[in-house]
Amino acid sequence: MILAQAKETIGNPLINLSIFLLFVAITLVVVLRASKATKTAADYYTAGRAFTGPQNGIAISGDYLSAASFLGIAGAIAVSGYDGFLYSIGFLVAWLVALLLVAEMLRNTGRFTMADVLSFRMRQRPVRTAASISTLTVSFFYLLAQMAGAGGLVALLMNVQTKTGQSLVIVGVGILMIVYVLVGGMKGTTWVQIIKAVLLIAGAVFMTLWVLAQFKVNISGLLGEASAGSGKGDAVLSAGLLYGKDAIGKIDFISLSLALVLGTAGLPHILMRFYTVPTAKEARRSVVWAIWLIGGFYLLTLVLGYGAGALVGPKRIAAAPGAQNSAAPLLAFKLGGVLLLALISAVAFATILAVVAGLVMTASASFAHDFYANVIKRGTVRADDEVKVARITAVVIGLVSICGGIAANGQNIAFLVALAFAVAASANLPTILYSLFWKRFNTTGALWSIYGGLITSVVLIIFSPAVSGKPSSMFKTADFDLFPLANPGLISIPVSFLLGYLGTVLSRERADQGRYAEMEVRALTGVGAEKASTH
Amino acid sequence: MSTIEHPSSLNRPEGQDWREVQASADFVELRRRLRRFVFPMTAAFLTWYLLYVLLATYARGFMSIKLVGNINVGLVLGLLQFVSTFTITWLYVRYANRRLDPLAESIRDDLEGGGLR
Repeated sequence: MILAQAKETIGNPLINLSIFLLFVAITLVVVLRASKATKTAADYYTAGRAFTGPQNGIAISGDYLSAASFLGIAGAIAVSGYDGFLYSIGFLVAWLVALLLVAEMLRNTGRFTMADVLSFRMRQRPVRTAASISTLTVSFFYLLAQMAGAGGLVALLMNVQTKTGQSLVIVGVGILMIVYVLVGGMKGTTWVQIIKAVLLIAGAVFMTLWVLAQFKVNISGLLGEASAGSGKGDAVLSAGLLYGKDAIGKIDFISLSLALVLGTAGLPHILMRFYTVPTAKEARRSVVWAIWLIGGFYLLTLVLGYGAGALVGPKRIAAAPGAQNSAAPLLAFKLGGVLLLALISAVAFATILAVVAGLVMTASASFAHDFYANVIKRGTVRADDEVKVARITAVVIGLVSICGGIAANGQNIAFLVALAFAVAASANLPTILYSLFWKRFNTTGALWSIYGGLITSVVLIIFSPAVSGKPSSMFKTADFDLFPLANPGLISIPVSFLLGYLGTVLSRERADQGRYAEMEVRALTGVGAEKASTH
Repeated sequence: MSTIEHPSSLNRPEGQDWREVQASADFVELRRRLRRFVFPMTAAFLTWYLLYVLLATYARGFMSIKLVGNINVGLVLGLLQFVSTFTITWLYVRYANRRLDPLAESIRDDLEGGGLR
């Protein structure tokens, strides 16, 4: 096994590296230019709300189509077949929740962060504290996934086999994204995401066409080859290879599906993107663009995944450094040799950088705006100081995620991201929906649903087979997997909804009806919503 | 379009009676139109999605039935999830443009032109 890994050197690390450095150079120039227009807090957090719907839609897909989508899903389809496809369906359908229930109203009632909306009609300090903690937790899980992906990808591309070498690369990625965020703020980060999204989608279209050409546009033939090459026969064309070997596995899969479909509209870094456009109508347009781009992209990954299964084969993929996550790069190498591999790898790497930058942006904004400015300083802080704190936080979060990424190196990225979705769906979404739609919802209810969802999901993850007790766990040697499901969504999401309800009904606190009236009128009509800044 | 002089301050006009606006006929109608669309639609797509997930989990034999060549029921139903998502998106945008935006705009114009300044 180890010998096979050492032999498997694909592509030319030098070419890979130089194409990637070219991307870094271009984006750094863009970020530097963006930094000149970043003066106020609104500029730093929301790029002056000056992006158009389509621009923001592309940036959202750049943010959302993380390494988990490209490398993780393509890899899961290549190795486990149909079960990988199930991820992408959940990831896509989830956008309808954001479109119908969240995006526009969030844009109309908030300024910078998710907590702005959650605390709108509640007591500010406790709710903002809770929302900030939850934002940091979700972003951390998501960051972990991206950083782990960076390690695996580099292992493949630069032929860095040792853990130490890979760790050094993760450190490099971390430092680079800190620079993006510090210098470019939201505007720079958004442009990095736009550039990356265009490259990623173009790369995927190109490879898909190539794969289809190989099979003379015969999808059935492609599927046949994939099932023949898999060694598992037609099983790769049906659900169940990854999940559902037993009853627990089946329930685990339902749990995962629930977390995926309800998680997106609770992801703070996605929600924050809705503040970068001038109106709710543009926020709607962003989501529509995002849905088309993301949906289209997932259809491509279906072809790419089965293509990799057919042309490269699951055995070679599993044996390669980076394992599953290397399916797409290996397919690129098989199709177009050294150059295509280098291009696709640079794109994949850019993907990680851009997503990580967006996450750091969101986490630092939440800490500085919600926790520092509104909780500690009780809203009396100057905007300049707040942004300064946000920048310092960005550095700290960057450093923490570097350490976490080194620890999580080697895990399946799509799986790690699914955990972030579970926490988001449990801690954030119930609270957002109650705040927007339920008149009686009050501070106690908000705190119960945020903390309840957050604690339940995180505790269940800690005691799940994802963390210990199995060969695929994060800590293989330890064994404290008391909870059988790898994904906690099935339990923690209903718990959070229930706690939000109970907290509201059981407390004596009366909801502030005046504030609710204001929130509802603003949410639906856009009266007094934050406007774009003038420059 | 309309930019204000103090972009970063939260506009929270005092003296506006939000509860009065909330109870106004126009606003009640706007809320009714919004909820009448988004609630049933959300219930519909979530049900359809869960049905699909349950089929993929517990009706594997059915999902593996091949329809054309190697293309089976599972793949077709999965692709139909994409189709339904795209369709609902399109329907919502059309509905919002026709039925929500004009009413929301007129309420907003009334408020911003009248009581707020």
